[in-house]
Amino acid sequence: MINKHKKMALALAIPAMVASFSMPAFAQEAAAPEYISIFNTLLFLVGGFLVMWMAAGFAMLEMGLVRQKNVSMQGLKNIALYSVAGIMFWLTGYNLMYTGVDGGFLGSFGPYDFPAPGADDGSAGYSVASDWFFQMVFCATTASIVSGTLAERIKFWPFIIFTAVLTGILYPITGSWQWGQGWLAQMGFSDFAGSTLVHSVGGWAALAGALLLGARAGRYGANGMVTPMPGSSIPLATLGMFILWLGWFGFNGASQLAMGTIADAGDVSRIFVNTNLAAAAGAVTTIILLQVVYKKIDVTMVINGALAGLVSITAEPLAPSVPLALFIGAMGGVIVVFAVPLLDKLKIDDVVGAIPVHLLAGIWGTLVTPLSGSGNFITQITGIVAIGAFTMILSGVVWFILKSTIGIRVSPEDEALGLDKAEVGVEAYPEF
Amino acid sequence: MKLIAAVIKPSRLDAVRSALSAKDIHGMTVTEVRGYGRQKGHTEIYRGAEYAVNFIPKLKIEVAVSDDQLDEVTDLIIEAARSGKIGDGKIFVFDLLDAIRIRTGERNTQAL
Repeated sequence: MINKHKKMALALAIPAMVASFSMPAFAQEAAAPEYISIFNTLLFLVGGFLVMWMAAGFAMLEMGLVRQKNVSMQGLKNIALYSVAGIMFWLTGYNLMYTGVDGGFLGSFGPYDFPAPGADDGSAGYSVASDWFFQMVFCATTASIVSGTLAERIKFWPFIIFTAVLTGILYPITGSWQWGQGWLAQMGFSDFAGSTLVHSVGGWAALAGALLLGARAGRYGANGMVTPMPGSSIPLATLGMFILWLGWFGFNGASQLAMGTIADAGDVSRIFVNTNLAAAAGAVTTIILLQVVYKKIDVTMVINGALAGLVSITAEPLAPSVPLALFIGAMGGVIVVFAVPLLDKLKIDDVVGAIPVHLLAGIWGTLVTPLSGSGNFITQITGIVAIGAFTMILSGVVWFILKSTIGIRVSPEDEALGLDKAEVGVEAYPEF
Repeated sequence: MKLIAAVIKPSRLDAVRSALSAKDIHGMTVTEVRGYGRQKGHTEIYRGAEYAVNFIPKLKIEVAVSDDQLDEVTDLIIEAARSGKIGDGKIFVFDLLDAIRIRTGERNTQAL
């Protein structure tokens, strides 16, 4: 999604030039055919609701990987974070990310304004509201990454407060540096659909939270002993993965930001192909590696591997050839197989593997774009480090403030009882 | 009367039930339990972390019998539940003070 406005101008200019040749002489300023704007809007709306559906994917995946006593809470958190993200992105997020950035470090403050009914003439190349909607669901995706890592021991309200800050301020600011045409975009940083802007940002926020929150009780013992806490529903987790996989066609595909020309339609299609194959490569690589390393193929890690493949290709899903896309996705799988146990060695308790999948694979996907001719290693490393430092530090500050004031962790009794009973009041499995 | 509590491998339940049914023992209570004896357990692995599973899933079958049925029933259970491999389980015999059929109020061996 780099140079968003330049791309939009091109999407309108080429058909406008074509139209001007065939129109009579008195049409001096040929308007681009309306259908261009309509098709672009359609892409935003369809891609947008596909990405919205990823909220269901995250919810299913997380609910499946937590224990029975915490399932209702995980559902509640996902409903709440998606809702809060949408509201915050209207209240402050969109303008902070996109309005008046001009090569700088942030946009402007204030709620976003939509045209009155019937008043949007599509002159931007798409409908104003469709653009907001499409951007909003990306913001919400970032927030959902955090809830998986911190599951089973975080208090609901501090989590929601953090989400409001992440979606209203942190995500929009780093987003403005690139997609808002800020300083990173000027420098030539490349992140097509958000390996860094969405996935790593969510990952850094999750990591900061995990460090300040601590591991679940009983998880890590003396002498490096690790106690697994298996999830309650493999079917839900698997379903969640497939829902996310489907949503990713909107996430990457619609990030082309245009589908009013044959060329753009072809590009969106190519993105679908690369996105799918990167996920497939991540899954297959994970399966093979798990067989070799552990002699057993842990389905929850294969789920992570497919998703890591998707995150990896997200920085540049258009340019790579299929073999390159397969390679990029495959490395995502490799990252998962080695990073998941590594986090346990470091005593960082990540319930669903969001840190390997989103943070680490996001960094990998961003670093590797020069292989497709997008950006160079200087631009990529700069972006990764700048966004990483900003997000990690400020997230840490917010978590720290929450921890010192209202506390972020439930009591040991509540943790043992389960968050469903302790904070939700509704047991997910009352008869078991 | 005696209460027989047999902890067996879950896969042997059907064999035990049919063996008892053939000898006109038509009532039993089955609970899902976990336990271990000399069969220590095994290791599993979840997301790269190995862990020892000390408690193995078993089924506990409780059957109430009259004193004269005791030996026959325990022999039947042993024969149906035995696989010859470690982990076959154990049978415990308790003295049963009384048994009552709730619907009719019958007591003692009438209630069995």
